[in-house]
Amino acid sequence: MSTNVIETAGLGKRYGSTWALRECSLAIPAGHVTALVGPNGAGKTTLLNLAVGLAEPSAGSVTVLDSRPAGSPAALDGIAFVAQDMPVYKNLSAGDMLHLTRNLNRRFDRGYAEARLGELGIPLNRKAGKLSGGQQAQLALTLALARRPKLLVLDEPVAMLDPVARHDFMATVLAAMADDGVSVVLSSHVLAELERVADYLILLSRGRVQLAGEVDDLLASHRMLTGPAAEADRYADRPVVHVRRAQAQAHLLVRATADDPVPPGWEAHPVGLEELTLAYLREPGASALPGPARSRNTQPSEVTR
Amino acid sequence: MTALTMPAPPEHDAGLRPVPWRRMAWVTWRQHRAAIGGATAFLGAFTVYLWLTGLQMHHAEAANCHPAGSLGCAINFTGRYGETAIIVSIALQAVPALIGAFTGAPVLARELETGTFRFAWTQGIGRLRWTAGKLAPLAVAVTAAAGAFTVLFAWYNQPWAAAGYVTPFSARVFDLLGVAFAAWTLAAFAIGVLAGTLIRRVVPAIAATLAIYAGLAFATGLWLREHYITPLVTHSTNLPGSAWAISGWYTKGGTFAFGDHGNGIASTARQLCGGPCSASSGSLEQILARHGYTHWISYQPASRFWPLQWIEGGWLLALSVLLIAASIWLVRRRAT
Repeated sequence: MSTNVIETAGLGKRYGSTWALRECSLAIPAGHVTALVGPNGAGKTTLLNLAVGLAEPSAGSVTVLDSRPAGSPAALDGIAFVAQDMPVYKNLSAGDMLHLTRNLNRRFDRGYAEARLGELGIPLNRKAGKLSGGQQAQLALTLALARRPKLLVLDEPVAMLDPVARHDFMATVLAAMADDGVSVVLSSHVLAELERVADYLILLSRGRVQLAGEVDDLLASHRMLTGPAAEADRYADRPVVHVRRAQAQAHLLVRATADDPVPPGWEAHPVGLEELTLAYLREPGASALPGPARSRNTQPSEVTR
Repeated sequence: MTALTMPAPPEHDAGLRPVPWRRMAWVTWRQHRAAIGGATAFLGAFTVYLWLTGLQMHHAEAANCHPAGSLGCAINFTGRYGETAIIVSIALQAVPALIGAFTGAPVLARELETGTFRFAWTQGIGRLRWTAGKLAPLAVAVTAAAGAFTVLFAWYNQPWAAAGYVTPFSARVFDLLGVAFAAWTLAAFAIGVLAGTLIRRVVPAIAATLAIYAGLAFATGLWLREHYITPLVTHSTNLPGSAWAISGWYTKGGTFAFGDHGNGIASTARQLCGGPCSASSGSLEQILARHGYTHWISYQPASRFWPLQWIEGGWLLALSVLLIAASIWLVRRRAT
């Protein structure tokens, strides 16, 4: 049975008169590390808050883990969320945080949590507020993973971390993914990190979904064409995402597969995730929402414009 | 929806689950032990002080005040301890406010201020059961502590009541006796919780709680309490010594003449005496009585002490329940 960890239909969230997110229809399939990418203010945190039940939709609907209403007890049982600033109770010890989390959940793997903190060299009697930023992040992640969630949601998990802590943090996430099969949805604007971990990508811009799909599919359906700058305009009718001119040469990111014909005088190259993402981020008007939608009752792929 | 097509697996139950009280009690204690410890130390210090001075007062009263009006009683008991007892009872007026504000206001305000609500409200327990599981044990604890403290204060106050120096209706002791003290403490806690939920910051929430509490307590003592039960009315000569006199006025020929203090009575007295009244004409009340004025007093008899206590405790309890329910409703609706 194919399942979706997050499904939204026409989802919108308004703060005052501003829409932080609108007309968002997505189906994020299980078994992926999904990266939610977009510039600041694109609606990443809003979408994640809606998915974990911290915010209520202004329009549309959001369900998680196979149609459980977001924020319901059944949904919260299966989701672990680590918010942007890694909130832990700073006046509690790591051991108390562990026991507290155990008391707030029906399922909690204490042995895993203690072993993990031991490996990380985090003493159980140390106050959480006295831990380094990287250790606090690891503590928050350990508490989340010890709940044995089906879905792990991370909001900007590595933004505040130094490169070593960043690497260690993502290694923990990937290990959990491999061991438990937990699905991961994480937001980030650190593109380099995503290339290594993400296999599903959602690109948000100005509160709307610009790009969504499996990374392999997205990469396979885009090519970078390089050719004479003077001829660049000739391809304006093709699905060109982004044009970059460098003196005599132009680089066109187009929606095309490896089998599509290449015009004479032009060269086609496969694109990398960072390249692709940057091109779309620079063209907020472009969008690509390839299917197939793995949803049983929504068709999010039709929102393309 | 799912239930129509397939039997829901156990972890899918979307219905109400009971609050895990024992687990939440641990969580509450661990997170708020500083506040609980502070309140306990605060009440403990007062307890020791009341116990020590209370013992001295009890001895002084027993040794000197039988009969109560004696000179020895005036020197060794009322003269020596009177001022202290008044200051203590006034200081204690602030205790429910302080306990309520410092335990109630931070419970939700600190989570909202520091962002830890994003952690707490996404745990499996869910935010509603989390809120109920925290507020209930804290409310019970502060109310019980205040109730126990009342027993001590009643003992402390006993020599003064026995010697007839303070009636239990006095504004400075009524809310320290009976069920009122516990009820006021609970109300302050509930005000603090709601203020914290609305204001979302600890220090302003504490300040707001103290201000609202003070306003409510003054309004109750000055205007509200005397109207819980319609006061009785009698001739001033028949007023029982233990009663709580509320207001007085004069009538002549069955119609209202003037209140028993203020301009009306002063100008009438000057007219009747033909100038300032001399001491030989008797007391003002006697002079007025000779000219056909009758002095009436409205009052609450001593037997109404407990009914008034229960009424005050009752409406404060209802208010507290309402405020806490409003806080839980806000938590349920609150979005980031």
